[in-house]
Amino acid sequence: MLAITDQPLLELKEISLAFGGLQALDGVSFTVAPGTVQAVIGPNGAGKTTLFNLITGFLSPQSGRVVFQGEEIQGQPPHQVARLGIARTFQLVQLFDYMTVLENVMVGRHRLSRAGLLAGALRLPWTSQEEVSIRERALEELQFVGLADRAHQPAAALPLGLKRLLEIARALAAEPTLLLLDEPASGLDAVETERLQEMILALRERGLTILLVEHDMGLTMEVADQIAVLNYGQLIATGPPREVQKNPEVIAAYLGTDWQT
Amino acid sequence: MNPRKFLNPWVLFGAAALLTAGVLDNDYYLTLINFIGIHALLVVGLNLLMGYGGQISLGHAAFFGLGSYTSGILTATYGVNPWLALLAGLVVCGVTAFLIGVPALKLRGYYLAMATLGFGIIVYIFFTEAHKLTGGPSGLAGIPSLSIGGFKLDTPKRLYLLIWPVLGVILALSANLVDSRTGRALRALHEGETAAQSLGVNTAKLKLLIFIWSALYASLAGSLYAHTLNFIAPSSFGFMFSIKLVTMVVLGGMASIWGSLLGAAVLTVLPEILTMFHDYEVIIFGAILMVVMIFLPRGLVRGLKDLWEFRRYKKEGGIIG
Repeated sequence: MLAITDQPLLELKEISLAFGGLQALDGVSFTVAPGTVQAVIGPNGAGKTTLFNLITGFLSPQSGRVVFQGEEIQGQPPHQVARLGIARTFQLVQLFDYMTVLENVMVGRHRLSRAGLLAGALRLPWTSQEEVSIRERALEELQFVGLADRAHQPAAALPLGLKRLLEIARALAAEPTLLLLDEPASGLDAVETERLQEMILALRERGLTILLVEHDMGLTMEVADQIAVLNYGQLIATGPPREVQKNPEVIAAYLGTDWQT
Repeated sequence: MNPRKFLNPWVLFGAAALLTAGVLDNDYYLTLINFIGIHALLVVGLNLLMGYGGQISLGHAAFFGLGSYTSGILTATYGVNPWLALLAGLVVCGVTAFLIGVPALKLRGYYLAMATLGFGIIVYIFFTEAHKLTGGPSGLAGIPSLSIGGFKLDTPKRLYLLIWPVLGVILALSANLVDSRTGRALRALHEGETAAQSLGVNTAKLKLLIFIWSALYASLAGSLYAHTLNFIAPSSFGFMFSIKLVTMVVLGGMASIWGSLLGAAVLTVLPEILTMFHDYEVIIFGAILMVVMIFLPRGLVRGLKDLWEFRRYKKEGGIIG
């Protein structure tokens, strides 16, 4: 059904990280095939966000490797990782509150534009052209998430649901190869969640690879091609949604084992 | 044509500057205006660092002093051409900002404030103690005036014709900058460093760049200052002046280019006006600052704009009565 090529886009190999005595991640390995939606699920504190921070360079693993497009990226600083084409959103939305909605998305174009401090201050002719294309691409992404009519409002003025969409638009403006969404549906109502679902599927159509952390099981089951389940820092199952749903270990992790006996 | 198009700050700035040049012929006022210009250069630079970039500096007077003393020493003691000395000041300040910035900008908030404060104090002590070089606490005299092709800039009017066009250019550069790719990255750094990094902004490098950039403004201001007064002393570059610069930024408005100019103007003129209150001068000065910051916490420019919009809103029958 899915065209899975030989080389995965992202490969995690035996990733371990402890915060003091807490083993946040313990020998986690899995791969993400290009063009797929991979979900990471697990109870609170299972290590999902830690995993995201490791992939995006905000944390370094104590052991193990993160391989993106065949290149080891663990230990690289976040901006370097971003420049390779990995974009993310945050569990707690992190917008530039006092910049406009449009400007927020324009910052997303940072890695794909090059006007430096001096060129910008002197407003060299080529930078004006670059500005125009930055603005146009940013507007396109705003249209995609349906925020174009709010382009000139400050980002802080948006309700939470729209803030999440704006964060996605900002990440998309960076034209990533891999997009990491950290609980994009949290705080969204049913209608907004449905729109998010359509959006994720549309992005996969575009050829984007998505890694998703999500607590909304309905959404996860609908959009994920593969699911990895974490529990106390360990990977306890991977597979397509239907298989994972039936996995007794997964059920035990979510519901506890007592109910069976 | 739309008349509002002509009501933009740049046109007003140019018109006011031209009018001043044409009409005003009072040395006292022109000198005061020149100091406003020099202070505005400093404040707009500090505002880029602080208001836009979110990195506090309590040692900005040190760069002002370094530029000033480099110009002063090279011209008065070694007879170097003032323009070359000005360039040398830029180099000295740029290199110093780089060397200080690399370790200091790893710090945040209060810690960065402390580090820059320490830097300011060290430089101040250097100015007072390096007698042979700087003339010590009694200052450095005999700094020649600038001249352009034999035309000596030695009267307030002539200096005005240099300082304010320079200020105009610097304001324009700064306004361009904040509305450019790097400017957006700078504001993004201020409002969410993590998010900025996740989009590929090298925040460490950007902080250093803007620190150096604002130090260059200060150096330029310092050189102009030295050649305006023809005499400099360490007391102009102490901790209190650093604080005054921060006050100008905050009073005029953080992250506002025009606020920088207004902040510099108000805090340069106000002490002059208040001298008539003699001993109570400082108290009244403090009280004015407090009142402004309580009622216009976003600074003068934004605060007055808010008030204006509120008034119009009420006139148009808004619900707030």
